[in-house]
Amino acid sequence: MAPEPISPEEARRRKIVGVNAETVTNVTSTDFPGHYPGEDHTWSLEKFTENFSVQYHKNAPHDAVFSLIGLDASIANAFRRILIAEIPTLAIEQVFVHNNTSIVHDEVLAARLGLVPLTANRSGLNWLKYRRRIPNDDIGDAREEEQKGEGATDTNTVVLKLQIECKWAEGIKEGETDPNKLYVNSNVYAKHLVFEPQGSQSKHFPEPDGIVRPVNPDILLAKLRPGQVIDLEMFAVKGIGADHAKFSPVAPATYRLLPTIDIVSPILGNDAKKFARCFPKGVIGLEYVTEEESDVMGGELEGKAGEEKAVVRNTFKDTVSRECLRHDEFKGKVKLGRVRDHFIFSVESTGQFESDRLFLESVAILKMKCVRLKRSLANIMK
Amino acid sequence: MSREAYAPPTLQPQGSNYNSAGADLQAGPTTQYLCGHCNSKVQLKKGDAIRCKECGHRVLYKERTKRMVQFEAR
Repeated sequence: MAPEPISPEEARRRKIVGVNAETVTNVTSTDFPGHYPGEDHTWSLEKFTENFSVQYHKNAPHDAVFSLIGLDASIANAFRRILIAEIPTLAIEQVFVHNNTSIVHDEVLAARLGLVPLTANRSGLNWLKYRRRIPNDDIGDAREEEQKGEGATDTNTVVLKLQIECKWAEGIKEGETDPNKLYVNSNVYAKHLVFEPQGSQSKHFPEPDGIVRPVNPDILLAKLRPGQVIDLEMFAVKGIGADHAKFSPVAPATYRLLPTIDIVSPILGNDAKKFARCFPKGVIGLEYVTEEESDVMGGELEGKAGEEKAVVRNTFKDTVSRECLRHDEFKGKVKLGRVRDHFIFSVESTGQFESDRLFLESVAILKMKCVRLKRSLANIMK
Repeated sequence: MSREAYAPPTLQPQGSNYNSAGADLQAGPTTQYLCGHCNSKVQLKKGDAIRCKECGHRVLYKERTKRMVQFEAR
């Protein structure tokens, strides 16, 4: 039996997730072999490349928004999870406190330092190697040599220092209460972290803009008062977000499906204005009913020329708040939904790498995993 | 009740690491404290009155250890 070609309406119906007032319908995708009798849904690279497309909506260095269209949710989700948890970044891992007389406890300060996003020369960051972690006591099964971990060398560890002391400022007026004028160094910021190049690192992290430094110089780390000192040394290493959130290069990477709004029967006059107010600005526009539309005998718009009607302008901006479904006057006149294979990614980088580069990196990692799987399968068959 | 009745332990380690502020060999080890009122440094020997030499405050604090303490930034 030769399969009948699918009509565009049917194809659209299949890939729209229905959003009702309290339920979501038609959630799972059905484009797999055997679901529709007589239709061929085998996956082929040709078909995929024909349907797949990427659109960029925004590409700021630390905030990219783009659409992946014609992709299965499993793949889109794999990219998202790799972005969050598997792209290596540099972060402070060990803190050696020589002196800390501030009110911030050593361990709290150490945790805060770990979360400071660092950045550096990109080629230098790629040149850095992983340092195998010194395992905790609870990993009892690890072999002897694995238990020892790896020593810190210039190829796997970046040393940073923080040495700061608060003092009274000189020449202050009587009755001054502003801490910024009264004291010197009363606030410890991320910009006070100093990179100490080790061995060949000065070559890979050249001065002045290639050095390891915090992305945001004004992160407040601690507050000091005269006489209080912080003197510590930090080791930053490469790691992945699966190990600790401080290694995650994104904050965060998310996707949403493109919303759809179908006005089934016309919404006119004051109702149209109210309808537009149910959505964010720019989603619904108002147009006048034209003569041709009102001339159609027996049509829904007969004799309504000159009245305002609601039209869908830009569903991209919609938040799918479902506000319009709460009002009785729109009952049965509107259908909300989402396109199942249109993923609007939003990748916000913490600053170590550019957002678009991070996405490419996630694609490379997924590919690497597939190659590894293929090789392992081949080994089984041998 | 006399306060002088208390006898401090006679067995004291003689190592130089015990006294951070440098030992006066004749007078025994001195320890550095910080005044709780004026934050000035106070050197005290065994048997000294616990009192700040600058302001007379009677609460003194020990300095933080000079040893390095290691933490994991997690």
